[in-house]
Order: sequence, then structure tokens, then C-alpha cells
Amino acid sequence: MLSRVAERIYWQARYLERAENTARLLNVFSNLLLDLPDRTTLGWSDLVRITGASEIFAQHYRNANETNLARFLISDPCDVSISAMLANARENARTTREVMPSEAFEGINELHYYAQSAAGKADDRSARNEMLEHIIESCQQIFGMLAGAMSRDAGYAFVRMGRALERADMVSRMVDVGARKLFAMLEDPAAPPEFAETWQGILWMSVLRSQSAYQMYRQHVRRRVNGEDVVCFLLHNEEFPRAVIHNLTTISKVLPRLPNHGEVAELVNMARSELKHSHVPELVERGLPERIDHLQIRFAVIHDAISRTWFLPRT
Amino acid sequence: MQIDWQSYDPGAFHDEVIERPGSPRRIAAGLAGYLESLDRRALDEKKLAARLAIKTMGISFTVYSDGQNIDREWPFDLIPRIIAAREWETTRRGLEQRVRALNCFIHDVYNGQKVFRDRIIDPALILDSANFRPQCVGIQPRHKVWAHICGTDLIRDENGRFLVLEDNLRVPSGVSYMLENRRVTKRVFPELFENHQILPVTEYTQELFDMLASLSPRKQAYPEIVVLTPGIYNSAYFEHSYLAQRMGAELVEGSDLVVEDDQVYMRTIGGLSRVDVIYRRIDDLFLDPAVFNPESVLGVPGLFRAWLKGNVSLANAPGAGVADDKIVYTYVPEFIKYYLDEDPILPNVPSYRCCNDSERSHVLANLDKLVVKPANESGGYGMLMGPQASAAEREEFARRIKANPRNYLAQPLISLSTVPILGEHSAEPRHVDLRPFILQGADCYVTPGGLTRVALVKGSYVVNSSQGGGSKDTWVVMGEDDAVPGS
Repeated sequence: MLSRVAERIYWQARYLERAENTARLLNVFSNLLLDLPDRTTLGWSDLVRITGASEIFAQHYRNANETNLARFLISDPCDVSISAMLANARENARTTREVMPSEAFEGINELHYYAQSAAGKADDRSARNEMLEHIIESCQQIFGMLAGAMSRDAGYAFVRMGRALERADMVSRMVDVGARKLFAMLEDPAAPPEFAETWQGILWMSVLRSQSAYQMYRQHVRRRVNGEDVVCFLLHNEEFPRAVIHNLTTISKVLPRLPNHGEVAELVNMARSELKHSHVPELVERGLPERIDHLQIRFAVIHDAISRTWFLPRT
Repeated sequence: MQIDWQSYDPGAFHDEVIERPGSPRRIAAGLAGYLESLDRRALDEKKLAARLAIKTMGISFTVYSDGQNIDREWPFDLIPRIIAAREWETTRRGLEQRVRALNCFIHDVYNGQKVFRDRIIDPALILDSANFRPQCVGIQPRHKVWAHICGTDLIRDENGRFLVLEDNLRVPSGVSYMLENRRVTKRVFPELFENHQILPVTEYTQELFDMLASLSPRKQAYPEIVVLTPGIYNSAYFEHSYLAQRMGAELVEGSDLVVEDDQVYMRTIGGLSRVDVIYRRIDDLFLDPAVFNPESVLGVPGLFRAWLKGNVSLANAPGAGVADDKIVYTYVPEFIKYYLDEDPILPNVPSYRCCNDSERSHVLANLDKLVVKPANESGGYGMLMGPQASAAEREEFARRIKANPRNYLAQPLISLSTVPILGEHSAEPRHVDLRPFILQGADCYVTPGGLTRVALVKGSYVVNSSQGGGSKDTWVVMGEDDAVPGS
């Protein structure tokens, strides 16, 4: 497989997954804010922080309110909007048509056009909801087509790696924001304790919902939703496909299909064992945000190694 | 809207479906009857289905406009064009003959130049040509074939006779649209395929693969074949990707290839991997910055030397474009006699060579009746349509012709045949041409039919997709009196 093609397949998977996650995030956030009383410190600016695009946002908008955020994340021409991600996914797919099943390309192509034409729906809450769900469904469908039709060779390995790394990264961001909010709340002297407890439940449930993890979590953890269990589930659960560790395992599993995978395998294993041996209750008490930062640096290092090992040399 | 052939008037032109208002040609009677039987709603549904199919299948082409690349959907007209199989058989033989002669000529130009000594053509016309590559003299490509993939443009005149308009021997494009047009028509008019015996076109990519494989310098079961594209912003990128995909070949860009010790390799995830045959879709001058344009970032340094040494095959071969020149075109009937000792099966459009004094005077005196073409442009650019041009435009061309007579030829305006398109309110006649594709490796293959391009604007003769042209599916159909081949 050509290095350039491998690179584009990988990015195509990342962009698709990122678009799906952004759609989930926006959807869940809209619902969450409807549930929460005004006095909570959680706001739309937190959503910008999760996407890691605070700077770009600040260049284009003054207020972090619902309309601006929805426009920013759905239809803005800048790189962080869903429509830009899907355009990027399509651009990458256009250049990998020879190795992808044609129905998957057709799906990506269609979704790109859909996102372009649906951009006007960002302002209206219910139309937006419907649109985001359509995008989530379509992304899932496209990955389904890839899973159903691609041989388990190098090409598919890059799809899985791109998707897994993107997921791990996004889940860790979600956990991060949840955790930061939790601390802010615990330290807020104005918040009555009984209110804090309800609030906490709603917050973590939303974090779970954004990852379609609520049901699986319920089956797995038979207690009332609480921060510690949620963080543990989203970081450490080997069985749940969106949990960080599961995605690192996925990468380890596909690596043997690729030549020269030694360095990447080593880095992935390092991240895995670090994660495995971290003690969540302690982390939730203190140091979770730092731990997550560290994890995200690990992801970046893994990406760099992937890129150095298999993609075209940068000239 | 509903189609009523009674009110369809092709006028003085040869219409390939309707002979005169109300009476379809025999070969197209089934099609015409079927179309007439569709009511307004059914036609609208078919139109919509075709648009959707094109959109989801991602059939597109890129146009350059104001410095921007716009990826446009392929303009496609639903009504297929029909050609009788018997008539096609003659055309096919004519095309094969033509490409054989052209290859003899190119090989001769670079090996021996007998054609100059025998005074068939003035050497200056060739050696001064922008497409002559002195670096290629003495090269012997496999099978002595230089132009492996040829797209020859045909038109029908007012009597319905096929004439050759030009030969595209550099990087002819359009074949993927021919294939996709068929796929769309099958989706939209499956009923029609039951009642017609239409020669299939899908084997093209297999034939292309076999032809390319026959060029491999290494004798092995699976030669490594790649399609070399200038990249996603090229107007034919869709086609490059499409052909690579259908052949199971790698689609590479210049940066994917590297030459070491005069061998060509591609960069893969497992390291460097040897390449045997390159179907290159970039122009000669961009192939290798070490030999041609040093500014080229599309090409691969060292590629030309690897080819010289016979370590890799290039299709089409560098230098093949020497025969893709509108002046050389006028000599093809003579080449057919000279190299093959045969009579040309397909006639040329009558042409005046401006390098010839008496022909040039005739051209300059009749600019208002003639079409003037530059020898080396493609895509319909830089032409003068005499009858429609303004006096100022004609003067400008007269000046250009006098300044550089070798660079121009003129032809009478041929009344191109028409085929109905599905307009807003009715079926309307529009002018068409036809580009069949001819493959020449160890064997020869001609597509049944080809890409029909149609000028969508009423009365227009300009069929290029970059200038508002569209396309149609093209059917070579067995009539009642045709035998099924092989039966």
C-alpha cells in the first residue's frame, strides 16, 4: 500500500470519527443545558474547550452562546466545524477511491452534500437535532460499510487506527471537561451540597450519553451514576468500544498487519499500561486533569510515530 | 412535458434518431417509441433518478475558473445515442488501421526517418514541432508501439458519414465517463436494455490492464502497474482514480515515485517497491524535471532515464505526441497508404494546411466560411469559428496565420449530426461528436461506441465539457439483420 494512500485513509477515518463525535457532543450539550439551572458554571464556552478550538473561536466570535457555537461547530468554513470535517473526509476519500469500497465513498460523498445543504439548520434547535442525528447515523453507516466490505489488510488497519486514536482522544476530552467542572463545583462555596449532587448526576449522565455509553454503563455498573465510576468506565473498561483503553487495545491488535510496527506498538503499550495502573479514585480526588493532559500528549506521540513510520516523508 | 416526435424537427442536419418529424430511423425506432410512451411524470422521475445517480456515484469533473477549482457534477443527457453494429464494424476497422499507421509513423520519426527520405512529409514540419522530442530518437519501445491509448474524435456529416476530426495521442481523457454513462443509463432505463442488444463497454478496464501488462519489462505473472496522476486538482482526476480502481492498480502522484539506479520504485508502507508499467496521465514535459521542464513538481527525477534503459514502460511513450498535431493529422491518409499499403477506411475532414502557400491564400480569402484551428491546442481552445466570428476576430486570426503558418490548419464547417436531448419542455436536436478509445499493445482493441459529447446549447458546435458540453451514453446496437458475433 502506498504511503500517501495509507495517510489519507487514516485521516479520512479520523475526520469521520471527529465529525460524529462533534455531532454527539453538540447534541448532548444542547440537551444538558436545558436540564441545568442557570446558576451552574457549565456553559457553552466549555463546549469550545472540549473541541480544543478556543483560539479559533475567539477569532471569529465574541460571545460563546448557543447560536454562535452551533454555527461554529456545524457550518463554519474553519477546520473545526462538522461540515469542514466532512469536506476533509470526502477530499481524502476522493483520493483513496481505488482502495475503498465504492458504496462507502458514495456514502461519504452523500453525507458531505447533506452537511453542506443542511448548514442553514444550525439556528433552529429541533431541526439541528434532527440533522445531527442524521450525521451520527450516517457516520456509523459508513464505518459499517467499511467493516463489512474491506479486506482485513493494511488499508483497514489504517481505518481502525485512525478511528481508535480519534475516539480515545475525544473521550479523554469529555472526561477532562467533566472532571474540571466537578472540581469547580466542589470548590464553589455558593453551591448547596444537595444541589451539587443532582447536578453531578446529570453532568456525568450527559458525558455517558455523548458516548452512547449510558446503557452499557448501566449494565456494567449497578450503582447510581457518579463521577468516579464514569471516569473509570470511560478510561478503563476493556469491553466498551469507546473507552480509552479499548481503543488503545484496538490499535495494538491491528498493528501486526503492518510492516515496521515496532515503535508504534511500544508507544501504544506504554500508554496502555500507564493507564491501566493508574488508580481512578485517587485521580478523581486530585490530579485527573493533569493525567488527562498527559494521556493526550501520549496520543500525539503515537500519531507522530504512525506518521513517521508509514506516511510520506515531509519535504 | 411529453415527447412528441411529430414536433421534433432536425432541419437540414442529419439527426441520428429522427429522420424527419414523426419518423424515427429504423435502428432507433424502439428507443423513440419507448420515450414517446413516457408521460410527463415518468420523464421527470427518470431525470431526477439520473441526477441522483450522478451525484451519489460522485461522477464529477473539475473546471478552472478565476483561479479556483470547481468540482462539478458531470452534465449528462438521458437519451442514449444509437449506432448500428454493422456500421460500427467498419468504423472500428478504420480506427484500428489509423492507430496502426500512426504508430508506424511515430516509430519511423524516432527510428530511421524513412518517411522524410521518401518525401511523404516535410521534415521541418515534424522536427520543428513542439511535440517532437529529440531525446527519444533511437528508442525502441515494446511492440514498436508509442501511442498505446488513443482517443480519436469522430463526427458525422450531413449525410451521416463518419469523418475523423482529430487524433488524441498524448493523454486522451473521457473513457471513465463513457463507462459511467452506461452505468447511469442502466439504472435509469433498465427496461430498454431488455429489448435491445447493446454491446457492453465494461470490459474496457480489463482490456486496458491487459494492454499495459503486455508492456511490462519484467516477465512475471503480476507486473506492478501504476496510474500516474498530476493530482486531485487535475480536471481528469476523477478518471485517473476511476481507472486505477477498476484495474486494481495503484494511483500514484509524482511524490510517490522515486528512481534509484535507473529503476522506478513507489513508496509504500513497507518501503520501496518496484514499478513495471506507468500509465501516465501527465504531459511529456512534466514527466521528469531532470530532462524536460526543470520546474515540474508533478514528475519524477530520473524517470526518463529509467525508461530509456528499458527498466520501466510508459504509456503513452514520451514523444508519441508528435503525431498528435493537427498538421500531422492531415497526412494520416497518406501514412496509411505509405506504411500499410491500404486504402483509408475512415476519411478525414477536408483540410487546408496553412504552411502551403496556395492553401493558405485560400484560407485567408475564405475565413468567413472556415474553421481555423491551432495545431497544438486541445479542449477546443484557440479556435476561430469563421462563420460566427466578428470581423475583428477574423483579422486577428489572419494576422496569426501569417505570422506562424505552420501552426494553423483550416477546415470547412461540417454540419455535425444531431441527436435529441431532453430539454426543459421537449426533446430537442443538439450537435454531437464521438470519441472512441483505441488500445494498442500486443493486440488492438476499440471500444464499442465511445464517449458521445453533446453541445447542450442550441445550435452550438462546442462539445467540450470545459465549455458547456454534456455527454450521452452511446449504444452500438445489433439490428434485426445483424448476426450476433461469435454465434
